[in-house]
Amino acid sequence: MTTAPAQAGWRFRQPSVIPGFGLTLGFSLAYLTLIILIPLSGLIWRSAALGWIDFWAIATDRRTLNALEISFGTAFIAAVVNVVFGTLVAWVLVRYRFLGRRIVDAMVDLPFALPTAVAGIALTTLYAPNGWIGKLLMPLGIKVAYTPLGIVIALVFIGLPFVVRTVQPIMEEIDKEVEEAAATLGASRFQIVTRVLFPGLAPAIITGFSLAFARGVGEYGSVIFIAGNLPYKSEIAPLLIVIRLEEYNYPAATAIAAIMLALSFVMLLVVNLVQTWSRKRYG
Amino acid sequence: MEVRVANVRKEFERFPALHDVSLDIKSGELIALLGPSGSGKTTLLRLIAGLERPTRGKIFFGDEDASQKSIQERNVGFVFQHYALFRHMTVADNIGFGLKVRHGPSRPPAAEIRRRASELLDLVQLSGLEKRYPAQLSGGQRQRVALARAMAIEPKVLLLDEPFGALDAQVRRELRRWLREIHDATGHTTVFVTHDQEEALELADRVVVMSQGRIEQVGTADDIYDTPNSPFVYGFIGESSSLPVKVENGEIWLADRPIGLSAPHASEGDAMLYFRPHDVELLDGCSGCIAGTVAASRRVAGTRRVELEIGGERQRVEIELPVDHPAAQKSRVAFRPGRWKLFPAA
Repeated sequence: MTTAPAQAGWRFRQPSVIPGFGLTLGFSLAYLTLIILIPLSGLIWRSAALGWIDFWAIATDRRTLNALEISFGTAFIAAVVNVVFGTLVAWVLVRYRFLGRRIVDAMVDLPFALPTAVAGIALTTLYAPNGWIGKLLMPLGIKVAYTPLGIVIALVFIGLPFVVRTVQPIMEEIDKEVEEAAATLGASRFQIVTRVLFPGLAPAIITGFSLAFARGVGEYGSVIFIAGNLPYKSEIAPLLIVIRLEEYNYPAATAIAAIMLALSFVMLLVVNLVQTWSRKRYG
Repeated sequence: MEVRVANVRKEFERFPALHDVSLDIKSGELIALLGPSGSGKTTLLRLIAGLERPTRGKIFFGDEDASQKSIQERNVGFVFQHYALFRHMTVADNIGFGLKVRHGPSRPPAAEIRRRASELLDLVQLSGLEKRYPAQLSGGQRQRVALARAMAIEPKVLLLDEPFGALDAQVRRELRRWLREIHDATGHTTVFVTHDQEEALELADRVVVMSQGRIEQVGTADDIYDTPNSPFVYGFIGESSSLPVKVENGEIWLADRPIGLSAPHASEGDAMLYFRPHDVELLDGCSGCIAGTVAASRRVAGTRRVELEIGGERQRVEIELPVDHPAAQKSRVAFRPGRWKLFPAA
């Protein structure tokens, strides 16, 4: 009888040398509730008021489906592009010493700091059919601005620092000796990079991917300028939400938002599980 | 495989790390590079491996000039102080790595690589840990895996850079004995770097003592300990005491009197006398000896170490006395070194 309460107490209070577990956990939970949980549950509450049949009708509406497809599809492609080139940028910044390296390093952060609308307008000016780059692409039959391709370009711009900044510190920590060990064992430079270095970077690359992807799904400011926003073609889900809001169609707006929320949550959860699994293996 | 280092010089950005070093390593030998940090011992090891290129000079494996070959072609097994295992690979994959990266017919089939990995794991006494990741092993186990990985490619030479440096004293002693056993069983030519003289003297067939980018002496543990050929080796290996003396007519003089040692071949004039504190003969009377008053005394295991103040110039030397010797503070002790050596005064 005496052990039961002790056990119950032990479950909630892990013995730890760091004091203040109760206080900090309480604060964290209250904070997360205030900042994240209450707004999000409000969202679900509003869309639940809609009723199952109406909700389903909005969810399976052609325009909604297309908008979601464009949002998640372009964000996915942009994140993949960023993983490849972001890792390359991180590699160059970590491995080589060249004139102006610090400036390039600082430039990577610009998409973080720049107002997204500015980025969108700048990119649209460049890629519009009469813009500097758009003019060159036009004869090749490639249209960038006002198409999903334009959305991808805007999201690549926005997402780049997420990949670079997550991969870079891990890359800096790579032990020179590990590469030397691989070389003495007979591995060529290419084998060292593909078999030793990149597998070690995989957890960081996955994190960078999920951050860039999540940012891409939610991006609004830069995309609406370059996308052209043609319904069914280049209209992203966040824009559709704004359109519904402007029509005072709050239930529809919240329904789309709830679907985006659910999809994002599932994808981030999967990424996190992959992450935990690889951490457990590699330590 | 015989290894010959011929007149190798290595500079790092104009700063010389090795000056004109030559060394012959016999096939199947276990040899230690011993020296303080900055003596160039690791640089020499990395030059043999091909991880660095010599500024001048050549390195031969047998009759082949290895200095023209890349690291990959040299086929050496290298073990790093901090293991340098591949974290994302299992123990078996780590060991098999060197075989898996080979091309064409020289790459054994997968089953053969697996068999070889578990054979090597048996050799390093880690059977059954094939599926573990390096993060799940202790330091000593990781270093064993690193050694197995280096041996998997059947290297011409096995090179170990402070292999036990990151391990605690107990594991170190254990692995030291174990490395000797492995060496005797496999017969690889092995070179290891250490700053621990006990490790070098106990483990190696021959010891190379290095200092400031030069080889000071090469020899067996007995050679190095009993007949050091420089003041540095005297000071670095074991304990030593030294006194400034003068040579006149083949006799050694301390200040104004002879100490009963003759050095017929030594050059006349000032010199330094080196001897081991434990290798002294205690005398009663003093006609031809070194005499001094006890300035400090401490008990060291089975003996007593006393510091003697000699002559008016306040020279201090250390000698060892039996524990029951009645030499208390301020009493006078007379002695004569047993084995000793003269070096020119610095």
